Amino acid sequence: MNNIYVKVYGDIPYNYREILRYAGVTAPSGEIKDLLEECIAESDGIFQNKVCYGIFDYGGQITSVALSKNLEGCSRVILFAATVGIQLDRLIVKYSKLSPSKALMFQAIGAERIESLCNTFCNEMSKELDVRLKPRFSVGYGDLPLEVQKDIFRVLDCPRKIGLTLNDSLLMSPTKSVTAIVGIEDEF
Amino acid sequence: MNFRDYLKNNIVYLDGGMGTILQKNGLKPGEYPERWNTTHSGVIRAIHKEYFDAGSNVVNTNTFGANTLKFTSEELDEIVKAAIENVKWARDNSVSKNNKYIALDIGPSGKMLKPYGDFDFEEAVSVFAETVKLGVKYGVDLITIETMNDSYETKAALLAVKENSDLPVIVTNAYGEDGKLMTGATPSAMVAMLEGMGADAIGVNCSLGPKQLSGVVDELLKVASVPVVMKPNAGLPVSVNGETVYDVLPDEFAIDVSEMVKKGVRVAGGCCGTTPEYIKSLVSASKDIEPVLVTKKNITCVSSYTHSVVFDESPVLIGERINPTGKKRFKQALIEKDMDYILGEGINQQDKGVHILDVNVGLPDIDEKEMLVDSVCELQAVCDLPLQIDTSDAEAMEAALRRYNGKAMINSVNGKEESMKAIFPLVKKYGGLVVALTLDENGIPETAEGRVAIAKKILANAAEYGIDKKDIIFDPLAMTISADTKAAKVTLDSLRIIKEKLGCHTSLGVSNVSFGLPARDIVNGVFFVSALENGLSAAIMNPYSSEMMKTYFAFRALHDMDENCADYISFAEDYSESVMPASISPKKEKIEEYKSALQRAVVKGLKDKAAAITENLLSQQEPLDIVQNEIIPALDIVGKGFEAKTVYLPQLLMSAEAAKSAFECIKNAMIKSNSQSDTKCSIVIATVKGDIHDIGKNIVKLLLENYGFAVYDLGKDVDPEKIADEVVNRKAAMVGLSALMTTTVPAMEKTIKLIRERAPWCRIMVGGAVLNKEYGKRIGADYYAKDAMEGVRYAESVNTEVV
Repeated sequence: MNNIYVKVYGDIPYNYREILRYAGVTAPSGEIKDLLEECIAESDGIFQNKVCYGIFDYGGQITSVALSKNLEGCSRVILFAATVGIQLDRLIVKYSKLSPSKALMFQAIGAERIESLCNTFCNEMSKELDVRLKPRFSVGYGDLPLEVQKDIFRVLDCPRKIGLTLNDSLLMSPTKSVTAIVGIEDEF
Repeated sequence: MNFRDYLKNNIVYLDGGMGTILQKNGLKPGEYPERWNTTHSGVIRAIHKEYFDAGSNVVNTNTFGANTLKFTSEELDEIVKAAIENVKWARDNSVSKNNKYIALDIGPSGKMLKPYGDFDFEEAVSVFAETVKLGVKYGVDLITIETMNDSYETKAALLAVKENSDLPVIVTNAYGEDGKLMTGATPSAMVAMLEGMGADAIGVNCSLGPKQLSGVVDELLKVASVPVVMKPNAGLPVSVNGETVYDVLPDEFAIDVSEMVKKGVRVAGGCCGTTPEYIKSLVSASKDIEPVLVTKKNITCVSSYTHSVVFDESPVLIGERINPTGKKRFKQALIEKDMDYILGEGINQQDKGVHILDVNVGLPDIDEKEMLVDSVCELQAVCDLPLQIDTSDAEAMEAALRRYNGKAMINSVNGKEESMKAIFPLVKKYGGLVVALTLDENGIPETAEGRVAIAKKILANAAEYGIDKKDIIFDPLAMTISADTKAAKVTLDSLRIIKEKLGCHTSLGVSNVSFGLPARDIVNGVFFVSALENGLSAAIMNPYSSEMMKTYFAFRALHDMDENCADYISFAEDYSESVMPASISPKKEKIEEYKSALQRAVVKGLKDKAAAITENLLSQQEPLDIVQNEIIPALDIVGKGFEAKTVYLPQLLMSAEAAKSAFECIKNAMIKSNSQSDTKCSIVIATVKGDIHDIGKNIVKLLLENYGFAVYDLGKDVDPEKIADEVVNRKAAMVGLSALMTTTVPAMEKTIKLIRERAPWCRIMVGGAVLNKEYGKRIGADYYAKDAMEGVRYAESVNTEVV
């Protein structure tokens, strides 16, 4: 029987350079640094950092060539969905009306937050299971169609487990969320 | 005995987990459990029967996700019918002698409502309504709405139940470890909304174990006037030797939940991971506990989608600025549908410290209903304060209340028969705290006794509709002392009598008292103090008035409402800063590299400074000269820097926002002097149907406005028809369309075709991450702009052609 588990994370350290990279900035001026600090302060403590996941046997029965290649040498996979929660979307919606520069910065913060969450989760799983993991692979990469998102949502029961929903146009809400398949490398 | 009667004097036991047991019986991940009602009815019936046998009074149908989003109408009908038959079978075959009831179970839709998702509120109501109607058709005793993690979706489901049945309804929400719903609502906010709409019992289910949920349940017990429900998980799932088990076992579960029953929980059961064994333990551990009487809490409050605001000792401030009366700039914003201006007024008042926003958008020439609904929805997307919906149009009031996420303040009803007949049914249906003006067919009484008499009449009439005294707040009307010097005294007396004799809360539009007098702020501030001393609970006021704010903070500090005077001190710090003379401004600004201080402020992106300098300049220069000589050159410096890649996008935007705040000052000055600005051609912009990304579009809008274009922004996820209509109505020279996803490019193409048909003159510019020059051409656009500056350059070229 395959069960779906939930993990919730507290504070994950920020990677400022990554945030600025997402905002399209390589050498920030004083004003941009101030803006970043202001936005980080304003979004402090609003991240829900939830992940739901299951571990499944994998027998190479996948039509996507790119994913099959990614999963070479794996007979188990972790399927997971992660979200930083809806509060950041609130800030983005609010400031996209009132201050697009802040909205842009919150977008960048969100992008960095969800990546950091995924990294934290994968590192922890790797330690917990004492295995090496393949790079994360998400729908829309290579030849893995976006449509697969629907199946992932059904299997992981994302709305109930972590409050993550799927729109008609296959967009996720909260927007700063990721679903991915991670191969567990077989041991030799 | 029917369910409502049984609930009055007994502890009601619900059932436990279903999904987790089905998984043990072979339900695969991703398989719909609802189908098992027909395919594995034996399994389902056996589980239901075990729950009844274990002592459950209520067993939910296996219909958690049974809705038309997942199933066709035909299959849904079969599923609900079978699901109800399964519970009926279990009830009839159970050995238990307890009272047994069948509940139609309704879980969340699995979709996020707008504005954060794409699911429309009314669509949600109709999806839930389909399931409710089937439950009524095949016969259940009550309805359970459960595991909802969003207040808005909870409202949609409860509205669907109320509009399609008279059955009792239990509503339980899934609270997180922070004690709030995923979308932010606190327990007291949920109680405010759900009680207002007539839920029979309110509580928690799922997400956590009994210990972790006890804080939320305590909170519910404190504020709820209806029975409180607790249906926790058996703790958290953990993997033990490859087997999944929940970490709270039946005995511990029973003890923990029984503790809460002793504190007052009246409806108890289990959720994920619990089994009939858990219910059996719970029943035996708690069956001898005397049910705690459910008492009325008499809390007067309103709520938003995050929190409630309680009317108690500490005065409540209601911001009055979203109102066109006497405000040219606001009227213009309404006519132009300039939603950003209205939202800005909301956010600014929130920053000043008001607790509730009054929303009045009535103007003779506009569709008030549409404008009010849009304003309420858009305000709720950016601001978490509760709203006071202010209109004399009952139809507009209903439309806005329906869409409001929370328990709204309703402004207003009065002692006229006609008014009460129109407003009280709305209060009853949607919930709300209604402001009652003490006037009637004979006008406003000149004495306090007269006004109190009307208040009594209103209370009696409200009671006939089943509306409680706590949900009425009286406004005994402040009239100007410039017309009658007794006016203020009558109002103050009325306040005191209503509070002392009727035990009701009061609200006043304070500033009316000084109408027609010079230096009104002085009178307003003192009247506000007097009113507070006479028991005033809330004031509709201008938070930009320092007299009013001074009064508010000092009054609270003086009346032991402000611990350590902390709020007062923080207010006083800001206050002294704001009255410090500007002459001791810190260091001399380095402006050498810029032509002027305003240019520097814009280039550096300093919003407040840009506005302050502009205000100053306006006393010396013509508005349009400031634009031509200062702002446009500054924008050019930044724009060129961006094109040369020496300025990053955030910096470009900060400059644009600083320019915008300067333009806002200029616009105000020009409206005051009735002068015309020479705007460039009109441009309609929108994110196309199906796409909800609008940051890029908003950036383009901001820059186009900076450069003097009249921009009409239709928002995101916009129908092709609506865009074409707007282009025709505005005779727009150009339209800008944005799409970020491959899946929505067809919608863009469709929109372009329609605009070509209806408005052949119009130039079409497109942008967004999925597009490029070739792609843009292929779908029929005139121009693809790779970024906002390119968009501005193209618009300038269109403008030169047109003019």
